[in-house]
Amino acid sequence: MSSGRGAGAAQAQDIAKVSLQRDGDQLVVGLAGTWQISAHLPGTTAVEAALESPPAPTGIEFDSQGIEGWDSSVLTFLMGVEDAADERSIPVDHAGLPDGVRRLVELARAVPERGTRTEEPKGSPLARVGGVGLKIYDGAVGELEFLGEVARAFGAFLRGKARYRKSDLRLLIQQAGADALGIASLVSLLFGLILAFVGAVQLQQFGAAIYVADLVGVGMVRDMAAFMTAIIVAGRSGAAYAAQIGTMRVTEEIDALRTTGISPMEFLVVPRVVALVLMMPLLTVYADLMGILGGYVVGVGILDLTPRAYIQQTINAVNMTHFFPGVIKGTIYGLLVALAGCKQGMAAGNSASAVGDAATRAVVNGVVAIIVACGVAQVISYVFGI
Amino acid sequence: MTETTAASAPPTDQISVRNLTMAYGDFVVMRDLSFDVSPGEVFVIMGGSGCGKSTLMRHLLGMIEPATGEIFYGGESFTSASREVRESYLRRFGVLFQGGALWSSMTLAENIALPLEEYTGLGAAEIRDVASLKLALVGLRGFEDYYPSEISGGMRKRAGLARAMALDPEILFVDEPSAGLDPISSRLLDDLILELRESLGTTFVVVTHELASIFAIASKAIFLDTVTRTATAIGPPIDLRDHSQDPAVRAFLRRGEEEHE
Ligand SMILES: Nc1ncnc2c1ncn2[C@@H]1O[C@H](COP(=O)(O)OP(=O)(O)O)[C@@H](O)[C@H]1O
Ligand SMILES: [Mg+2]
Repeated sequence: MSSGRGAGAAQAQDIAKVSLQRDGDQLVVGLAGTWQISAHLPGTTAVEAALESPPAPTGIEFDSQGIEGWDSSVLTFLMGVEDAADERSIPVDHAGLPDGVRRLVELARAVPERGTRTEEPKGSPLARVGGVGLKIYDGAVGELEFLGEVARAFGAFLRGKARYRKSDLRLLIQQAGADALGIASLVSLLFGLILAFVGAVQLQQFGAAIYVADLVGVGMVRDMAAFMTAIIVAGRSGAAYAAQIGTMRVTEEIDALRTTGISPMEFLVVPRVVALVLMMPLLTVYADLMGILGGYVVGVGILDLTPRAYIQQTINAVNMTHFFPGVIKGTIYGLLVALAGCKQGMAAGNSASAVGDAATRAVVNGVVAIIVACGVAQVISYVFGI
Repeated sequence: MTETTAASAPPTDQISVRNLTMAYGDFVVMRDLSFDVSPGEVFVIMGGSGCGKSTLMRHLLGMIEPATGEIFYGGESFTSASREVRESYLRRFGVLFQGGALWSSMTLAENIALPLEEYTGLGAAEIRDVASLKLALVGLRGFEDYYPSEISGGMRKRAGLARAMALDPEILFVDEPSAGLDPISSRLLDDLILELRESLGTTFVVVTHELASIFAIASKAIFLDTVTRTATAIGPPIDLRDHSQDPAVRAFLRRGEEEHE
């Protein structure tokens, strides 16, 4: 049986070929032609069929007389044959293979490195549901343990006992705060603009364009400034924290801290959480102003409101019951983003791609946490009428 | 002439491991290890890659809990000691991790200063002097203000050793000193280890599979066998090479000999 692809005569001679013959109770696999990984790779289905066809052979031999050239494609084929033979406990005799091929096959089949990967149990659908449940439970326990450790480290920080570097904290504060101003300005300004346009379309119908000032002012100050800033910070700082800490895990820097008797929670996590919790309120206030500026540009520039009227309307609309909840929300979002980032970093695996995954998860978890917290805040303020 | 350097220091503790089984979850890495490391010894943990050498070192440092068995320092159980007691041991250990594990956001001097700040009452200027001295000992005089990313892998390892030596530890743990180093740097590191043992009386626990290192530094070695998942030989490496009962051990210690002859 030949397994060529109906190619031209000259080429057909060159192509890798497999023939199967019975020699008593042995199956003789004949290899011929030029085996090239870039060309055609014969499958093992025919061999498997021959192993099944009664009377089943009790051994496999090779005849490689016709082979003209080979590379690792022949090994790939042979490993398939070996696996098929192993499944049926049929011994394979390598004597008929070219010397180099034989040595490589034996090398590839040497005792495999034992790994620690435990096979995922496949099991019934019910067992899989249970498995998912257990995973979620483990995740929740891990989350709580992490929070517990952070809380303890924070206690030490508040008592002035935490071990961290003031210069690290200063740098983190600068990165979380000052360095984020540019992007925070842009996004809040545009968001103020967008809010103003969306509002104007509706409000102009009632000749109430001046209320754009209320919409933008209250909307930004109470919710959107904190929300947008938090999303930006999740993408910047949250991801950075996960990547920094995750990399330190890979390079054993965290282990080195531990063996020096320094808690990584105090040394790495606390300064990052403190930096974001300190900077988020400031960024939020800044974003408030930029958002209002965005609304002002639309109100004055496009809706033909007078600057005086717009500013007066904003001052009348926005008060402290909008301002403080907004700032507090921003602070909470900052805490959530920092915790998500540090948690993912500390839980990262031991490879470069694991660090990338950790950064991605930090952003996703951070954003989800922000949105959930925002939703909860809305419900609370509705129920309590704030 | 008597050495005065380490004579005043209290004798370091003997490390004893009894029936230690190490596992990650259900996966048993090594079972039933028992051995002793005497003070001042250079004890080498050898074996093929992935056999559990680093894992054993982490057990000795208390970073991983034994599945079963116990570890003793100076006859006192380390495994069942309280958290505080264990932390007090860290003060007496120095560790050089495989890649050096220098804290990348700090200069070399700051790296060495951190353990000093943590455990000593020295002032900033004194700490700086000690850091410079330690760097000079590993041949890195003048590199105080370099960041780890600005120096080569071999220098990073030496700087890591300087940091591990910061507190003049009684026991220095070293994971794969020659990994990723050229033969000359690796020789220098071996010489440094021997020198420190001579002059400071430091006990060394060294993980390595480099034959040249093993024969150069080890006063005693343990062979972790991947197939049987236990220690198949303990003793001075030359004895093991010539007289070990286990062919795998002899083969490991003789590998490459044919090519050199
Ligand atoms: N954190 C871990 N979780 C699970 N398995 C691990 C972990 N670390 C190492 N292993 C496994 O334990 C075995 C021993 O690893 P290790 O001690 O690092 O070997 P080496 O002798 O090369 O230092 C390896 O099979 C490795 O895959
Ligand atoms: Mg290792």
